[in-house]
Amino acid sequence: MSNGGAKAAVAPVGGPLPLDWKFSQVFGERTAGEKVQEVDVISAIEFDRTGDHLATGDRGGRVVLFERTDNRDHVGQRKDLEKMDYPMNRHPEFRYKTEFQSHEPEFDYLKSLEIEEKINKIRWCQSADGALFLLSTNDKTIKCWKVQEKKVKKVHDMNVDSMKTMESGSIVGSSISASSKQYIENGGCINNDFSFPTAGFPSLRLPVVTSIETNLMARCRRIYAHAHDYHINSISSNSDGETFISADDLRINLWNLEINNQSFNIVDVKPANMEDLTEVITSAEFHPKHCNMLAYSSSKGSIRLIDMRQSALCDSHSKLFEDQDAPGARSFFTEIIASISDIKFAKDGRHILSRDYMTLKLWDINMDSGPVATFQVHEHLRPKLCDLYENDSIFDKFECCLSGDGLRVATGSYSNLFRVFGCSEGSTEATTLEASKTPMRRQGQTSSRPLRTLGSLSGVVRRVKGADNSGVDANGNTFDFTTKLLHLAWHPTENSLACAASNSLYIYYA
Amino acid sequence: MAMIDEPLYPIAVLIDELKNEDIQLRLNSIRKLSTIARALGEERTRKELIPFLSENNDDDDEVLLAMAEELGVFIPYVGGVEYGNVLLPPLETLCIVEETCVRDKAVESLCRVGAQMREQDLVEFFIPMLKRLAAGEWFTARVSSCGLFHIAYPSAPEALKTELRTIYGQLCQDDMPMVRRSAATNLGKFAATIEAPHLKVDIMPMFNDLTQDDQDSVRLLAVEGCAALGKLLEPQDCVAHILPVIVSFSQDKSWRVRYMVANQLYELCEAVGPEPTRSDLVPAYVRLLRDNEAEVRIAAAGKVTKFCRILNSELAIQNILPCVKELSTDSSQHVRSALASVIMGMAPILGKDATIEQLLPIFLSLLKDEFPDVRLNIISKLDQVNQVIGIDLLSQSLLPAIVELAEDRHWRVRLAIIEYIPLLASQLGVGFFDDKLGALCMQWLKDKVYSIRDAAANNVKRLAEEFGPEWALQHIVPQVLDMINNPHYLYRMTILQAISLLAPVMGAEITCSNLLPVVINASKDRVPNIKFNVAKVLQSLIPIVDQSVVEKTIRPCLVELSEDPDVDVRFFATQALQSSDQLTMMSS
Repeated sequence: MSNGGAKAAVAPVGGPLPLDWKFSQVFGERTAGEKVQEVDVISAIEFDRTGDHLATGDRGGRVVLFERTDNRDHVGQRKDLEKMDYPMNRHPEFRYKTEFQSHEPEFDYLKSLEIEEKINKIRWCQSADGALFLLSTNDKTIKCWKVQEKKVKKVHDMNVDSMKTMESGSIVGSSISASSKQYIENGGCINNDFSFPTAGFPSLRLPVVTSIETNLMARCRRIYAHAHDYHINSISSNSDGETFISADDLRINLWNLEINNQSFNIVDVKPANMEDLTEVITSAEFHPKHCNMLAYSSSKGSIRLIDMRQSALCDSHSKLFEDQDAPGARSFFTEIIASISDIKFAKDGRHILSRDYMTLKLWDINMDSGPVATFQVHEHLRPKLCDLYENDSIFDKFECCLSGDGLRVATGSYSNLFRVFGCSEGSTEATTLEASKTPMRRQGQTSSRPLRTLGSLSGVVRRVKGADNSGVDANGNTFDFTTKLLHLAWHPTENSLACAASNSLYIYYA
Repeated sequence: MAMIDEPLYPIAVLIDELKNEDIQLRLNSIRKLSTIARALGEERTRKELIPFLSENNDDDDEVLLAMAEELGVFIPYVGGVEYGNVLLPPLETLCIVEETCVRDKAVESLCRVGAQMREQDLVEFFIPMLKRLAAGEWFTARVSSCGLFHIAYPSAPEALKTELRTIYGQLCQDDMPMVRRSAATNLGKFAATIEAPHLKVDIMPMFNDLTQDDQDSVRLLAVEGCAALGKLLEPQDCVAHILPVIVSFSQDKSWRVRYMVANQLYELCEAVGPEPTRSDLVPAYVRLLRDNEAEVRIAAAGKVTKFCRILNSELAIQNILPCVKELSTDSSQHVRSALASVIMGMAPILGKDATIEQLLPIFLSLLKDEFPDVRLNIISKLDQVNQVIGIDLLSQSLLPAIVELAEDRHWRVRLAIIEYIPLLASQLGVGFFDDKLGALCMQWLKDKVYSIRDAAANNVKRLAEEFGPEWALQHIVPQVLDMINNPHYLYRMTILQAISLLAPVMGAEITCSNLLPVVINASKDRVPNIKFNVAKVLQSLIPIVDQSVVEKTIRPCLVELSEDPDVDVRFFATQALQSSDQLTMMSS
């Protein structure tokens, strides 16, 4: 934060200069004409607290971990590293670390429901003793994973001739069980009739273990299952280091990381009669510093802040954030596009960023009269809402993120585009980038607001669209509603963005 | 490859399996670590086995947990207390692992080892290890270190003592809430070893920091610290330093902290003493009883009797009783339930007049509560009621409550009330029971749910025990035996079970004259399940009745059953015959 503050101080009036985004890396780049396998599509992305690790989850239930390489060469004490100021020309570079199958497709026999393996969210936990910990969830089940380097061991110098046992039983397993059986049979005699000389038996020896290399092992530590009737949309770990929440459409549950057989329901918005249902929970997150506070967003466009200190059941919120003046006339789509798809707390805990279909909104938790800033993301799509509704695109859930210094916000869009806005006072920064190796390709075109021309072109757009899901935006660029950039994450300490375009992970820096 | 003598072979395998691929075998070997150590001898255990264990600590948590446990009792195998320090390195690494239960066990074992170590070894080995852990890079090491200070401190020289206190102070302010929680949990233990002057100067500021921690989870652990520290301080210091903390905790913003205060209330009162309790904690407790969070009221309501015991009756009637009245109509059924389970204990404190005048109405309203758990809780404490007000006053309200519970929709409720019937019977006496409850007991034998019928059969036996065979012969046996003609075989089976339970209580004579004929008759049943149960019951009757009866009545019946077309009937009949043969052989 102090870093960001200093930058802001030297920047000219009107906030810091817009960032110049450069391509850094791509993982899983598609070659021209290559067809994307559905299971490879990235569905979750998250940096850990230090920014040294990045995790992605995909529709195939896999979690892939990346680790930062650019500061690994001069590894000293972790604490020193954290304090070190990196030279300006250094930017985070990552390399593939490991991957594991987190979730498998399942079938709920009681409800005759298929449970997809798709990873909905990944959240990192406090690492300990050299191991990494993360939570991953699909629609129903949350799992805690531990990723740790394990020595690859070779054992020599056994007491019992291993060659002999290998001969007598060709399968190692069977010879083991045979010998252990013998041990159990003779176990009694060791304790009773056997006298141990004080110096022991010199002929016995301990096995010698040598290890040359290490291997990364991912182990599922705990499975938090059977607590959600509806699909889990978010998980969030608490600053107290011992609890986390999981939220589905109607309920939020509180878990202790170490206890997987019980959780506490802290929010329940399910009406007595399901026909009275008007609003569902879309996203929930803990406050980054205050362990008792959490926020959740709803399909009606409101954000509720709750204080877990007040009562065990937090059905009544302590603060409600709603945008009162919805611009434009109300229409059939007003409620749909008001639905918040994602909320994120800023690192300082004072601001909340929310994403609805059309906009990004920044809220100050001390001001519940309205957002402190609204950024138009999809305003140019307003005339096309009807088509977007027909092809279900209007229900796409775009995520959003904030930079570590809280000065900028980012979110995704269609045609593999994503947008970065400056949110410090007076900033006019609004950059559109494309998830490709040349991110700034679109920059010149979107800097002018295309609102004016929309009316005249919308007729054309209609005709061109419809046919193949791709449209033409105000500038004549085609808009492809099938290539949407839903997931992205901002590095916690540096200006670096990781975003998922279908099966590819692009990393940019500025 | 070494050649191993035949007798050593099992131990050799045990050693090899320390590194087996199969986790069960490794676990087995670790659990027999003492055997391995004895086979290797003390010196090689110190020089080879312990370093071997220290190096191979990246095993599965189950194995590490077993290792941590074994090492705690390993001093005899390394050559006695003078070598205790060799156990520290492997336990130190286990204190850093991520899995909490392994760490906790390692700390426990280190405390065990440390408590036996010689003073100079503690200074030379244990304290440096403690300092390493407290300064550990990973929070897990620092968490573990908090639980070791109370072992190290008493043996440390003065300068080192100062340092240890400083280090603990730093742990209380660690960045990680997990470390602060551990520091809060262990503060009482550590404080107990600290000299009185330092207690006030060094420990109290740490405690005050923890009581004002941002994290609820830290503050709520500090609540327990209040009781622990309060007992160590002089009474006037306790009143000056601990009492204000308790009072402010009882008004904490977080309901979890208030819940802890309500839960720990009795211990806290003990710590501050009766006089300050009466003057300062009564208002705090009243606030908790009226807390707006139900969880807090549940905890507070459950302590009402214990708390009142510290007070005199006047204070209790004046301050607590009004709250109790409110709680008896609380909106949360769990609050009422918690209250119902303790409320009767207040009677002796309040005295007879106040009890009849004020407590009894509350008691009766709880007995009519719509929530069965509340009623059950009252009934379960019936013996206490009886002592204070006598059953006559109650019986009028009691009976409807029992009948209603006996017919509750939920079988678990019916089950619970059946289990209290013998208690009720002993309290109410034969007369009352005959009139009102006898019919209920018979009705349960015909319940739709097996568990209820099962419990009912057992209940019949317990009643017979309570009131004696004579009474049972008049009031239970005829009704029970009547039901053997029920058209449904499952109910007939319940009766057979009741008979087999009743027989030992009733004695040989009544069994032969009243029970046995019914059983023999049932052997002609058309349902095989009844027939093989007859065989089982007959087998259980053999030891009770006279040998001549066995020969004349039971055996012929069993012989007939052993030729039944049904295989199960034949099986159980044969089994019963065999056991009767054995009994005959033994007695002859």
